[in-house]
Amino acid sequence: MEIIVKFLEKNGLVFAFLVVGLIIYLSGIISDKLTRRKIPASAIAILTGLVIAYFGGVYSGGEKGIADIKIFSGFGTLGGSMFRDFAIVSTAMGASFLVLRRTGWVGALSLFLGIVLSFLGGVGVALLWGYRDAVSLTTIGAGACTYIVGPVTGAAIGASSDVIALSIAAGVVKAITVTIGTPFVAKYIGLDNPHTALIYGGLMGTTSGVTAGLAATDPKLVPYGALTATFYTGLGCLACPSILYLLMRLTLGS
Amino acid sequence: MIIYGVAILAFCYILGQLIGEFLGKLIGVDANVGGVGFAMLLLIFLSDWLHKKGYFDKSTENGILFWNHMYIPIIVAMSAIQNVKVAVSSGFIAIVAGIVPFVICLLAIPLLAKLSKNTKPD
Repeated sequence: MEIIVKFLEKNGLVFAFLVVGLIIYLSGIISDKLTRRKIPASAIAILTGLVIAYFGGVYSGGEKGIADIKIFSGFGTLGGSMFRDFAIVSTAMGASFLVLRRTGWVGALSLFLGIVLSFLGGVGVALLWGYRDAVSLTTIGAGACTYIVGPVTGAAIGASSDVIALSIAAGVVKAITVTIGTPFVAKYIGLDNPHTALIYGGLMGTTSGVTAGLAATDPKLVPYGALTATFYTGLGCLACPSILYLLMRLTLGS
Repeated sequence: MIIYGVAILAFCYILGQLIGEFLGKLIGVDANVGGVGFAMLLLIFLSDWLHKKGYFDKSTENGILFWNHMYIPIIVAMSAIQNVKVAVSSGFIAIVAGIVPFVICLLAIPLLAKLSKNTKPD
């Protein structure tokens, strides 16, 4: 037993690959069998991660979730900022600037509006819950954009880990809401053509939520929604820790 | 070669993050400001340009696509190292902060759709 524990500690990153793979595999089964793909596997896997982090935190008493348990220390590397940012940058591939330009100014407008509206919505909720400092408000507002923008923003402006966790949770809730809600609201907002799908993707922004939600509505609309949504996280990562954070600081006068 | 793709990605990452670092210094926030965003824009332009020049073969592209596909697993690992224990004590806020933006953005859709249809005949 001791040999195994020592071995897993030494090969933490590789062990993390294995465990994350298992989590995603099981999430796929749960998504298929229990929710009939209403909730995408990725959303379940991320929620599972948050649940594991909770129990890891309770068990170890530390602040870094599962990574505080020695054999799972590889999670700290795999989920750390270097790998995270590296992988996020790679998602920009496949989003051609020329194609976006062809979608016209509405696509761009929906992107900016989507980020600002989501951000303000998140900030409003955080204010209601008693947060008053610019860093926490900005991070939670960014989390209301997507579960990527939240932690990237939080890490950039130095938010505390619990606020970052909150921003991820908010982003995950949004992804699930968009996934489940899209087929139901499609009728009422005229979401039955590529043009509206483009706007929808830009406004909602959460790529996993938009693509899964549109697939449940009409698979033909998926690429249009995904096209604008691909830019959302990048623009959010650009705007939230810079312009929007500065505006928050100016507004709060701190 | 697959390493070319990874190297291109690394180039964009490093340059973008450095721009973010310097921008942070410039506006005095002592943090990386939008480094990831700059790196993404760089990658979009660079991969577009390399595509046009014909330097971008399938295996080079795979070097970037691998990380593209790793991004959900990495986000899963990232969520597993967050301080959820503390966040849970304010749990309901996450649900409200996730649903409110969805509702607000829904309301904006008919408006945007109408705006664009007036100017575009298709």
